[in-house]
Amino acid sequence: MTVKDLLGEESFQLINESSQMETEITKPFCCDLLSIAMSKAPAGAVWITVMGNVNTLAVASLTETACIILAESSVLDDTASEKAKTEGIPVFRTEQPIFEAAVKVMKMMEKKG
Amino acid sequence: MTLTYDLHIHSCLSPCGDHDMTPGNIIGMSMLKGLDVIAVTDHNSCGNCEAAMKIGKDYGITVIPGMELTTLEEVHVVCLFADIKKAMAWDAFVYKQLMEVKNNEEIFGTQLLYNAEDEVIGKKDKLLINAANISFDRVYDLVDSYGGIMIPAHIDKQANSLLSNLGFVPPESKFHIVELKDFSNLHRLQKENPYLLECKVLSDSDAHYLNDISEKGYTLTADSKTPEAVIKSLKNTLSGKEYKNAGVFKKRSL
Repeated sequence: MTVKDLLGEESFQLINESSQMETEITKPFCCDLLSIAMSKAPAGAVWITVMGNVNTLAVASLTETACIILAESSVLDDTASEKAKTEGIPVFRTEQPIFEAAVKVMKMMEKKG
Repeated sequence: MTLTYDLHIHSCLSPCGDHDMTPGNIIGMSMLKGLDVIAVTDHNSCGNCEAAMKIGKDYGITVIPGMELTTLEEVHVVCLFADIKKAMAWDAFVYKQLMEVKNNEEIFGTQLLYNAEDEVIGKKDKLLINAANISFDRVYDLVDSYGGIMIPAHIDKQANSLLSNLGFVPPESKFHIVELKDFSNLHRLQKENPYLLECKVLSDSDAHYLNDISEKGYTLTADSKTPEAVIKSLKNTLSGKEYKNAGVFKKRSL
C-alpha cells in the first residue's frame, strides 16, 4: 500500500501534496514527543501525531517516514507548512483521535494485503 | 532604573537559528533596536553567551547568560543566570542529560560556537533541540541551585510550551515569571490559569533571525544594568506558592 491509497479514506484530508505519494507504507506509528519519534519512527511509517511544528517535519525527513497524519484537527504552523513543501513530505489532516486514525490505516493495509 | 529588554534570543548555535545570528550581529542589532538588556538563550546550551557578553560590554549592552531548556516533556523553559561561570556549569550538566543523538546538519542546521572576535571556534555534536532528561517539575530547584531563574517560555504558543504540552500549570509549581509571545493573550490565560495572576510576565522575541529581535518597547526595572542586578530584580517576587501561603489567592476575587 502506498501513501496515495490513504486518499481513499474520506476522513483523511491531504494538506500537503508532494511528489512522494507513491512511497510504500510499512506501518502506522503514533508518537507526540519528537525526541522519541526521532529514535523510534520506522522508515516508511505513517506517523500520526498532534504536533504540527517545523521540527515534526525535520524528524519525519530524518526518519524517512512515508507521510504524516495530523490527528485531532491539528494544523501545521506557517514555518512547518513551508518546510513540508521544501522537504516534499505528504501531510494529511483528520478530525479523528490518534488511535482511531492508526486503526483506520491498519485496516486499510490489511485489506490491501 | 528602567531597562528595555529582550531576554530570549537564539544565536547560530541553535540549529534553527539563522547563520547571521552571530554574537556580534546580535549585539549590533540590539543596539539598533535600542535594547539595554538582552539574553542569549540557545536550545540546551549557553555556549555562545560568553562571546556575546564580551562583545556586549564593548558596546554598552548587558548580556545575561541563558539557555532555552527543553524538558523531558518538550516544554521550553528560559533559564537565566547571574554569571557566566554558573551558566557554563549548568550548560555542562544539561549537555549530559541530552540524548546521545548527533546533529544532522543537513536536516536540522549547524550548531556553531563563536568567540568574542565573532569567529567560529567549533560546533556542538549532540542535537541541541532534543529533550533533556530533566522533567518540568525538577527545573525550578535545579536552576535555583545554580543561582538562576526559570521562565516557562512562550506559554501562549501552541508548540513546546507549558500550557500546550502539559495542558495546565502543575499545582506544585514554584516559578514566578512567565514569558508570553503576545501580551494580548495575558488576560485570557490568567482567567484559565489563576496561578498566572501572581506571576511576573515578560514578553520576548524568541528571535531566530536578526530582524525578529524586539523593538524597544517592553521594560523591566533593576538597581543597575548588570546581569546580577537584573536577575536579583527578577527574583524579587514571591513565588506562587508563597503567595498562596500568604493568603493572597484568598483575597483576590477572580
